[in-house]
Amino acid sequence: MTSLPAKTDKKLGLVIDLDTCVGCQACVTNCKEWNTSGHMAPLTDLMAYGAEADGVWFNRVHTYEVAGHEACGASSSRTMHFPRSCLHCEKPDCVTVCPTGASYKRASDGIVLVNEDLCIGCKLCSWACPYGAREFDVFEGVMKKCTLCVDRIYNENLAEEDRVPACVLTCPTSARHFGDLGDPNSDVSKLVKARGGADLMPELGYQPTNKYLPPRARKDTAAAMPAPELKPIATDGLLGWVDRLLSR
Amino acid sequence: MNPALSVIFFTTASGAGYGMLVTLGLAALLGQLPQHLWFSLVTMVVALGLITAGLLSSTFHLGHPERAWRAFSQWRSSWLSREGIMAVATYMPALGFGLAWAFPNLITVPLGIVGVGAALFALGTIYTTAMIYRSLKPIHQWHNKHVVGCYLVLGVMTGAVFVLALSSLFGQRIVYLTPICGLLLAAGLSVKWLYWAFIDSTTASSTPASAVGLSGPNVKVTSVEWPHTEANYVMKEMGFQVARKHATRLRQIAIWAGFLLPAIALETSILLPADLGTWLTIPAALVMAIGIVAERWLFFAQAKHTVTLYYGAGTA
Repeated sequence: MTSLPAKTDKKLGLVIDLDTCVGCQACVTNCKEWNTSGHMAPLTDLMAYGAEADGVWFNRVHTYEVAGHEACGASSSRTMHFPRSCLHCEKPDCVTVCPTGASYKRASDGIVLVNEDLCIGCKLCSWACPYGAREFDVFEGVMKKCTLCVDRIYNENLAEEDRVPACVLTCPTSARHFGDLGDPNSDVSKLVKARGGADLMPELGYQPTNKYLPPRARKDTAAAMPAPELKPIATDGLLGWVDRLLSR
Repeated sequence: MNPALSVIFFTTASGAGYGMLVTLGLAALLGQLPQHLWFSLVTMVVALGLITAGLLSSTFHLGHPERAWRAFSQWRSSWLSREGIMAVATYMPALGFGLAWAFPNLITVPLGIVGVGAALFALGTIYTTAMIYRSLKPIHQWHNKHVVGCYLVLGVMTGAVFVLALSSLFGQRIVYLTPICGLLLAAGLSVKWLYWAFIDSTTASSTPASAVGLSGPNVKVTSVEWPHTEANYVMKEMGFQVARKHATRLRQIAIWAGFLLPAIALETSILLPADLGTWLTIPAALVMAIGIVAERWLFFAQAKHTVTLYYGAGTA
C-alpha cells in the first residue's frame, strides 16, 4: 500500500551533526559493508575497479564550502562535510508515486522501505525524492534505498549496544545519532532542540524525520597562547661576543 | 532529467494516438465523420498502433517489465498507476468506436455517443500522463500549472493533424478540420510559449543552502568535493547536462517544425486547388512529428532536479 499511514507509532531516524562530521567516509564504508549482505542485498557494484566505477550506495558524503554563516566566525568561509542518505520523511512522495505498492512507510516506526519482489524498476520514486536518496540497481532491475538498518536495530542476535544503524555505530566523531524523533524526551529530540536541528529543503513539504545540526558558531575569542619572546641567549664572554657579532 | 528515448516516444506517440481518438470522437458527435471503410480502418489502426507502440515502449525502460501488471494496483495514490488503468480502459470504447465506424451495418450503436466516450477516456489518459510530471515537487520545470495544459493541447493538436493527413490520403474530408488544426497549432505554440517563458524566468524555491539545511540571508554553499569520482545513478538519471548547450537551437526547431511550418502548410493547402492542397497536409504532419519530438526531448532535458543542488548547481 503506497498510501501513507496517518500516524506512525515511532519516528525512528538519524540526527547528523554537521559541526563534528570530518568527512572520513567511515559511515559510507560501514553502510556498504553491512547492507551489501543485509535486507536490500546486494548493493551491486559495476566496474568496481575500472575507469567507470559505479554502484549502489545508501549514504554519500559531500564536502562544501560555507560562507556567510555564523559558523565561519571571522573567517570568510569554512569547510562542511555533509552525509546524504534517506531521511525517512513523514510525507515521502517516493512512496505515494509508486504504482505497484513496492514502496511503503511502516506505521510502527516510520521507516521507508522497498519490497524488491514487487518493484518493477520504473524509477519514478527516485524522481520523486528531492534528496537523491534512492539508487537504482541496474543489475537487479529494482530500486534500492537506506533501510535505517532495519535488520540491525531489532536484531536480537546482536549485542544490545550494536542495535543501531551501521553508519551510527562506526562514526569516529559521534556525529551521527539514532533514536525516536517522535518522542520529545528522547536523546535525539533533546539534541535537535538544543542545537537547532533543521530539515533539508523544508520548503518542499516532505517533513523529513532525519535532522541536521548546523555547524556551531565559531568563537574567535580563544585564549591567546603566544610563544615566549626570544631573548639574547648570552650577554658576555665568547658567546656574548659571537651573538653581538652575528646580530649586527 | 535524462531524456530516455522510450519515454519520449511513449508520450509523443501515445499522445498523438489519444489526440486522434479525441478528434474522431468529436467529429462523430457532430456527424462529420465520413463513412469510408479503408479510411476508418487505417485511421483506427494508426491511432491504436501509436497508443500501443507508445505503451509498449514505456515498459522497455522498466527493470522488470514482466511485473508491469502490478502497476494497476496503487491508483489511490499514484498517478502512474492511474495512467496505466486509464490507458487500458480506453481500449474498450476506442475499439467499440472503431468497429462501429468501420462496420456500421454490423454494429448498430450511436457512433457519436461511443465517440464521445472514447474521446473522454483519451483525454483522461493524457491528463493522467501529464499529472505524473505535474506532481513531482523536486522538478520545478514539471511541477507547475503549465504542464497539464501543454500535454492536453499538444496531444489533441498532433492527433488532429494526423487525422487530417490521413483523411487527405484517402480523399476524405472532415468539415472545418483544416482551420481547426490551424487553431490547435496556434494554441499549441501559445501554451508552449507560456511554459518556456515560465521556466526561463523562474527557478525552484530550493537552493544549495536549503538543500543542506542552512538558512540565513547571506549563507552561500559551494560544492568542493563530490562523494564519488564517477557519475552515479543519481547523476546519470537526474543530472543530464547536454541540453543546456543546444537548448536555444532545439527550441527553434521545435517552434518551426512543431508549429509554424505545419500551420503555414495548412494555410497554403486551403489556398491551393483541392487536389494539390490536400497533399500538403501529409508533409505538414511529418514535419510536426519531428518538431514535437524535439519539444518533448527539451521537456525532459531542461528539467532540473533538486538533487543537482548537492552536486554544484546554483539553482534548480
